[in-house]
Amino acid sequence: MIGVRLYLAQRLSALVMAPLMIGHLAVMIYAVQNGLSAEEILSRTQGSLWWGAFYGLFVIAVSIHAAIGVRAVVYETAGLPERILNPLTWAIGVSLFVMGGRAVAGVVL
Amino acid sequence: MLDVVTWIQQNVEPTLAYRFACRVGMCGSCAMMVNGEPRWTCRTHVKKVFGAKGLVIAPLRNLPVIKDLAADMAAFFDKWTAAEGRFHPSKSRNDAMEPISPEAPNRVAANAAIECINCAVCYAACDTVTANPDYFGPAALNRAWTLQNDVRDAGYTVRQDAVSSSGGCFNCHSHQSCMTYCPNELNPTASIAGLKRLSALSYLTGGKAR
Repeated sequence: MIGVRLYLAQRLSALVMAPLMIGHLAVMIYAVQNGLSAEEILSRTQGSLWWGAFYGLFVIAVSIHAAIGVRAVVYETAGLPERILNPLTWAIGVSLFVMGGRAVAGVVL
Repeated sequence: MLDVVTWIQQNVEPTLAYRFACRVGMCGSCAMMVNGEPRWTCRTHVKKVFGAKGLVIAPLRNLPVIKDLAADMAAFFDKWTAAEGRFHPSKSRNDAMEPISPEAPNRVAANAAIECINCAVCYAACDTVTANPDYFGPAALNRAWTLQNDVRDAGYTVRQDAVSSSGGCFNCHSHQSCMTYCPNELNPTASIAGLKRLSALSYLTGGKAR
């Protein structure tokens, strides 16, 4: 159900997510100091290659990590066969990537 | 607890089926669920487990039941085989014996996990086995780990493939129930973590790492 490639993909994506998560939480705390508004967020993110790369990488890591995690949960709760699990994993990963990518594009572009 | 079960068979229910052999914690035959927890019944004193709800004795979890308290161990041992939990000889009887240093790191790792007596307590304790019938379980993978650390064994590559397969070590969620309930105080979770490490390294180095 989980082979070496999926295992490594999940662990490596977790490695990427951990510092990004800490950065995200730190910015959240910093950002609310002077009140939270759409203008304030957009002034920081719009046109910023740095924030685009930061959250773009976050979205990629989350898409990989969550898709494999949900695959394990679905298998262990519903017992679906691999022929269903494989497309399901891809569908979850691609959906998260598209939704996350749109969100990043929305605040950066 | 084993005396209680025997008393019930001798005095109350002569048809009661259960399994035991040594009665002293050597053979691992008498493992059962006692108040929902897997235990060697021969080494469990009633005082230790008797609670407000009395005593509930059941066959080992995660295995089919043959009759009453006797679980069918076939699947458990089939998974030992699937995980290549057998020794692959590297020498014949005509070769000299391999000198093994007790201090060698791989021998130390093997020794830490070697005292498993196949009682299936860990297998019954494992929630991942419950949720994932294909998963080999802690005992089979713990055994595979001891062999991967045995320099006399010639089955490293084939075993690495086996423990990395779809029922293998990557299914473990590290709940550590196996470690919690192992009557021999082994830590199969650590063994499985070792197998994950070996498999990942092997994959990343194209099978060169060992």
